[in-house]
Amino acid sequence: MIAHAIVFYFFSLIAIVSAIMVTVSKNTVNSVFFLILDFISISCLFIMIGAEFLGMIMLIVYVGAVAVLFLFVVMMLNVAQQKNEWFNSTGRSSHIPIGLLVSIIIFFELIIVIGGWKYKPDLIDSIAIEINTELTNTQSLGSVIYTDYVHLFQLSGMILLVAMIGAIVLTFRQRSGVKRQSYFKQISRERKDGIELIDVENNKGVKIDV
Amino acid sequence: MTELFIFFEQIYRIMFLLIPVLVSVAMIVWLDRRVWAFVQKRRGPNVVGPFGLFQTLADALKYIFKEIIIPASSNKVIFILAPIVTMTLALIAWAVIPFSESYVLADINVGVLYLFAVSSLGVYGIIMGGWASNSKYPFLGAIRSAAQMVSYEVSIGVIIINVLLCVGSLNLSDIVLAQEDLWFVIPLFPMFIIFFISALAETNRPPFDLPEAEAELVAGYQTEYSGMMYAMFWLGEYANILLMCAMGSILFLGGWLSPIDVFPFNVIPAPIWLILKILFLFILFALIKAIVPRYRYDQLMKLGWKIFLPFSLIYVVLTASFLMYFDLLPGQ
Repeated sequence: MIAHAIVFYFFSLIAIVSAIMVTVSKNTVNSVFFLILDFISISCLFIMIGAEFLGMIMLIVYVGAVAVLFLFVVMMLNVAQQKNEWFNSTGRSSHIPIGLLVSIIIFFELIIVIGGWKYKPDLIDSIAIEINTELTNTQSLGSVIYTDYVHLFQLSGMILLVAMIGAIVLTFRQRSGVKRQSYFKQISRERKDGIELIDVENNKGVKIDV
Repeated sequence: MTELFIFFEQIYRIMFLLIPVLVSVAMIVWLDRRVWAFVQKRRGPNVVGPFGLFQTLADALKYIFKEIIIPASSNKVIFILAPIVTMTLALIAWAVIPFSESYVLADINVGVLYLFAVSSLGVYGIIMGGWASNSKYPFLGAIRSAAQMVSYEVSIGVIIINVLLCVGSLNLSDIVLAQEDLWFVIPLFPMFIIFFISALAETNRPPFDLPEAEAELVAGYQTEYSGMMYAMFWLGEYANILLMCAMGSILFLGGWLSPIDVFPFNVIPAPIWLILKILFLFILFALIKAIVPRYRYDQLMKLGWKIFLPFSLIYVVLTASFLMYFDLLPGQ
């Protein structure tokens, strides 16, 4: 039990410290790396409470894909000048109200969740679906998502699809002068399209029009 | 006291797995160079030790004694961290590989997801190395490889779903045991081919070795690395290749199971079969390195997104409908 507690505090300490470092560190790339560290320690915490599927999905989706794209974008910016100025700047403070608003909302949400838990200890039993504790959590998650909540699941898939199409439309631009390879054209090209035999008269030469 | 005992026992078991893996990585580098040489009618490394077997160890020794040069304008922490990350990720994945029914370090519920997660983290070593070098070629190599690895991971994920549909469990031992009657390479043969090619792309092997294309990018993301740090990248890369071979043999070639359950085959111990299958896949990797020319980058992306992804998605639908129609779905 003590070992469990030690491991828990180890990961949560790393999670909190790296979350702070995300906002504090001056270099944006370092911020992203701290964010990755945060994701990894949170997924370790998930695994510790027995939610191994969530923990692994957290690793695959957030660390393996989302954070890679973050890094991509941040690294593309000019590295030498990219400093996280917000924390040091004294003049510009226009971000602070929005940040405060968001953090206050999150804080109240946390209070509601944790308070509800304290106020009514059997809250976890009052949820609508029955939890079968014999199944692994991958199986139980699958049996709930794909049966009772299949419409919501598909709806969230549609929302993601729309967001994806939106991103593609926003960044898509037709460029002229790009030479594209067309396999069909390549394969259907025949000898007479490329080669012509001409009898060349002496001292006349051949006129080539391309 | 018992906790301490368990702790040391675990360390002993980890060492018992890691040291063979590291030694076999060294041997596999030798095998790779040998196969490559034989295809090109050369001799390959044959001087150090019997058949040149100790060539890699000699190389490693050389790397250890070389000076580590850290570029002045690099981001030093990340620069040093990158090879460590590559190496660590390549080694921790071996924890879930089952060598026989009883011999597996960590028999976790979500073994496949763990393998997939660790291999998707592998891209970080490369991005970190490429970016921290603060130099053009490593950065280009890193960007290329990040895009490449992320693209091919998608199709590997979909291929894994195919296998999982037939098994009904994410546990690697269950996946192997489900193949007792029929290896998945037979019903899912197209998926095996696509998995193999995606594994080539995922580990940055030729013909998809664009991240380190020596004609264009010097040595890609590892250009600025020297000495032991370069050796760590290199060992990590080969450990990853071995891991991909292990994954392929567990998902498709029946893991530790013998091909037929008759006398001379079923007395051979189970781990030997897994090792033989890994070696078989690795020799295919090495042969492909020797005989296939490098892809162009747009061809690579086209292959990943426009051919492999739709094809494996359609195959998921096919597999699911087949299992549903013939009532073969597992776990019912």
